[in-house]
Amino acid sequence: MKKIDDETLDYVEILAKLDLSEDERIKAKDDMEKMLAFIEKMNELDTKDVVPLSHVTDINNVFREDEEVSSFEAETILSNAPKNENNMYEVPCTILSE
Amino acid sequence: MSDILDLSAYEIRKKIIDREILIKDVLDLLFERIKENDNNSFITLCEDEAYKKAEELQKRLEDDPDGKKGKLFGIAVAIKDNICTKGIKTTAASKILYNFVPEYNATVIDLIEKEDGIIIGKTNMDEFAMGSTSETSYYGAVKNPLNNEYVSGGSSGGSASAVAGHECFMALGSDTGGSIRQPAGFCGVVGIKPTYSSVSRYGLIAYGSSLDQIGPIAGNVTDAVNLLEVISAYDPKDSTSKNGVDREYSKYLTDDIKDLKIGVPKEYLSDSVDADVRENIKNAIEVFKKLGCEVKECGLALTDYVVPAYYTIASAEASSNLERFDGVKYGLRADDYEGLHDMYKKTRKEGFGTEVKRRIMLGSFVLSSGYYDAYYLKALRVRNLIKQEFDKLFKEFDVILSPVSPETTPKIGESLSDPIKMYLSDVYTVSANLTGMPGISIPCGIDRNNMPVGMQLFADHFREDNIIKAAYAFEKAGKGM
Repeated sequence: MKKIDDETLDYVEILAKLDLSEDERIKAKDDMEKMLAFIEKMNELDTKDVVPLSHVTDINNVFREDEEVSSFEAETILSNAPKNENNMYEVPCTILSE
Repeated sequence: MSDILDLSAYEIRKKIIDREILIKDVLDLLFERIKENDNNSFITLCEDEAYKKAEELQKRLEDDPDGKKGKLFGIAVAIKDNICTKGIKTTAASKILYNFVPEYNATVIDLIEKEDGIIIGKTNMDEFAMGSTSETSYYGAVKNPLNNEYVSGGSSGGSASAVAGHECFMALGSDTGGSIRQPAGFCGVVGIKPTYSSVSRYGLIAYGSSLDQIGPIAGNVTDAVNLLEVISAYDPKDSTSKNGVDREYSKYLTDDIKDLKIGVPKEYLSDSVDADVRENIKNAIEVFKKLGCEVKECGLALTDYVVPAYYTIASAEASSNLERFDGVKYGLRADDYEGLHDMYKKTRKEGFGTEVKRRIMLGSFVLSSGYYDAYYLKALRVRNLIKQEFDKLFKEFDVILSPVSPETTPKIGESLSDPIKMYLSDVYTVSANLTGMPGISIPCGIDRNNMPVGMQLFADHFREDNIIKAAYAFEKAGKGM
């Protein structure tokens, strides 16, 4: 059974973009270990020659003419942004100037 | 006058068109009922928009009584709050979208409006559709209208509660692992999860994209099928939408099911299933036999593997789909943060509830390098085996019959403490999402607590005709019971 150590949980927090409190971390480790033990039941099945199935109905490519269609105006889409400026999303500084 | 609310949607439409009743008066009754019931089935009510639309339709009716009237003319429809409605707040029952007002309609909303349906509100649900009881909502638990001590089921609990509580005539839900069928079962109403690719997912806030389907919940089979016919259409905006399949569902509202072959998996009626559920399902089997169907036992040896495969895949897809909620494009942004990454993390910490975080973490883990093959790909391979098992059954049977849930409706407050136990209660519903097949949930009796027991019928891909016929015939036979 997979044990979730601190290092693994740190990594999951980065991937999941979550910031957990100490209490939440203890609970999360326990939850994940239980869940992984639960889903490991799948290992009882031999799936060596089975193709992974991600899409369930038969579909194929549908081609269309490359025509211009109207889309949303930037200001319409930005109306839901917590912060925006100059017709752009505003986020904290990510690149420092010299 | 409030007897009006007991009518079916098709009866109400007729009364409106025959001008026996004003649309506005029906809305008055509904909004009054919603307040009276107080079941927390809605997150947002659209009173102004609904009355405006009612006025417009009424005027059209007065001006031109013989003019064209849509299939949903004047019918009040409730919409699950993870389906985008232009100009109307859409929260997915999460704090992180507490103020999100979409700039566009989901395709299903445009289709309902085109057929003159009236949207009366946005229904409560489990946060981001993650839950089986509608208790994980940031906006509080939904109560079951048949007995307020019980849950409404989930995740489309608000939609099922609103229909069962006569707060609307029909509703939309979404079904990723049973989220239409199970609440319909717990509330004693009818719910349909269509074949994957039938109904457009454009404008549905995604949970598990390869599993999600929007579908109807209504008080009877005819209403549910009529609503399905309205919302099911090819849509170029959904890349998985299927063109050229039979979508005239209402023509299958017939009770001729003689010689229909029905399979009942023995694993679905084992001793682990609640005795009352089993008893009611056995009675339903007798009804089908009397109707001339050929009912036979069959086997689904992979039953114990469906929930593990489902939660692996659903969590993986959820972790990816929910990346977009980070405080940049919409919804909540945390107040205090240092830099971009801290803003993402604090926003998501504050905005997501416990169950959502649990699934995002599991999903991130099973998709991470080193574990991807062992968990995620393994689940997709098991998914293929499960699909093959059902494909084989559909060579022999037209319909598979099953309980909706192995348990009777739980009380509010009983389920969230043990997530794995809650997940296991989805054992009979998740297969339809893993395989893509359609499923309908209809009431088939009551348990010792006087709560409804639901039955499910499945069919092969795009063979909704078989489950519609069977459900319609069963419902009709039941009216004489």
